[in-house]
Amino acid sequence: MRSAASRTLRALPTLLRIGVAEVVAYRAEFLVWVLTMTQPLIMLGLWTSVAREAPFARYSSADFVAYFLATLIVRQLTGNWVAWQMSEDVRSGAMAMRLLRPVHPFFTYAASHLAALPLRSIIALPVAVVLLASAGAHALTSDPIQLALLAPSIALAWLITFAFMFAIGALAFFLTQTMAIANLYFALFSLFSGYLLPLDLLPPWIAGLARWLPFRFMLSAPVELLTRSLDGERIALLLGGQLAWTAILLAVALGLWRAGVKRFEAVGG
Amino acid sequence: MTRFLRLLAIQLRISIASAMAYRANFVLEGAMSVLWTSITLLPLIVVFEGRDQVAGWDAPSALVVISYFMAVRAVLEGLISPSLVDLVEKIRSGSFDYVLLKPVDAQAMVSASRYEPWKVFELAAALAVAIYAFVQRGAPPAPADLALGIVLFGTGVIATYALWILCAAASFWVVRLDNLMYLLGAIFDTARWPVHVFPTAWRFVFTFVIPVAVMTTYPAMALLGKLDLEHTLATVAGALALLVISRVVWRTAIRSYTSASS
Repeated sequence: MRSAASRTLRALPTLLRIGVAEVVAYRAEFLVWVLTMTQPLIMLGLWTSVAREAPFARYSSADFVAYFLATLIVRQLTGNWVAWQMSEDVRSGAMAMRLLRPVHPFFTYAASHLAALPLRSIIALPVAVVLLASAGAHALTSDPIQLALLAPSIALAWLITFAFMFAIGALAFFLTQTMAIANLYFALFSLFSGYLLPLDLLPPWIAGLARWLPFRFMLSAPVELLTRSLDGERIALLLGGQLAWTAILLAVALGLWRAGVKRFEAVGG
Repeated sequence: MTRFLRLLAIQLRISIASAMAYRANFVLEGAMSVLWTSITLLPLIVVFEGRDQVAGWDAPSALVVISYFMAVRAVLEGLISPSLVDLVEKIRSGSFDYVLLKPVDAQAMVSASRYEPWKVFELAAALAVAIYAFVQRGAPPAPADLALGIVLFGTGVIATYALWILCAAASFWVVRLDNLMYLLGAIFDTARWPVHVFPTAWRFVFTFVIPVAVMTTYPAMALLGKLDLEHTLATVAGALALLVISRVVWRTAIRSYTSASS
């Protein structure tokens, strides 16, 4: 076990380098992904125009700007496409190559996504951060605890999203229709994570449901930390929820993976 | 032409037969369309809980736009995108060669290769939403508006089809197209809102660059009797122009097709 861990660690720099090379090789594809992730800008347009004359609920136009820019930033940092990658690899047989390597594919996929992060953020992130700091500054929190917890919260959000997508990707071992599941995932995600609209604007029963689902902890949690002033209890609930869902989804993802690999028959060579 | 129609009928029959083979999907797809419909409607409900009107649109009129959106999406996901996903697969595996060899136009062949008959559910849901919206308004559409609304639904579908063909043509140069489809889907999602609720810059993009306004807003306005002649003509002309452009780009793209096999 120890050797496996040290092996993974030793392979990490190389894996990251491969990840960067992959991004550079598939530039066009990559740009499209970045563009897809800018969807919060559309919602930003919509909601600011709704709130132009008078605040909507307790959101002013500037609040919406801050909220959706924060959403955009968190989404840029945490979004991933590992489910697509995995179902593609299973279908094409490339998964066999990954299984041959002495490092668990969870880490190889994770490394390739982490390596993509800097390049991915290069386009949208600086713009969004500058805009957020200028236009939405007054809507941001100035609480030092919340700001300090922001980075861990984003890291956990990344891990939850990645584990969830990895679990969906592992379903490709059992089903041929993983894309339908990924679409269903995205529909639920956009609603329950605060991607389409802030969760407190949702009808109460849906907002109540959102509190118990993992989606909120993938996006809304860091955004709330950044744009609201929360009391200690709320902060503990957000971070605690994130930790709990990280553990649950990691277990599910790795469990599905183990069960799936057993029935994997490589296609092609 | 008759040969093409016969071909279309055959492929439709095959698709229905294969859909019938997986009857469990029937229930699943039904449940999915209910879910999709409610998720589609929810932001609208939230907006109109807090506001009577947004940019001159009241709730029932915005519902009509949504019903157009749902209908176009049903056609898109039922008729257009499954075939184009197939196309990507064929280009990658090289079996697109066989399509080119057939004595039918390749674009026609590709556009009609696969259907998802279950999407009929979503079409029905769209119709239900439209009927509900007009019940809320208290008056049915005038016959002339109804006719124009149906015609413009056709042009909306044409515009959508053209956009997706453009995207498919891109796959001759950049083979990975699935995420381009995904992007287009994400943008198409904005078509659920009347284009007027967006700020000016957004509205410009959604009218001229990626004409989602032509797909849903203008047809819905026609059905509501609010579209003037100028916009009607512009909608029809825009859709037809897109169709021509997509055809030209497709022809150019296909020339640069280099087979993946052998």
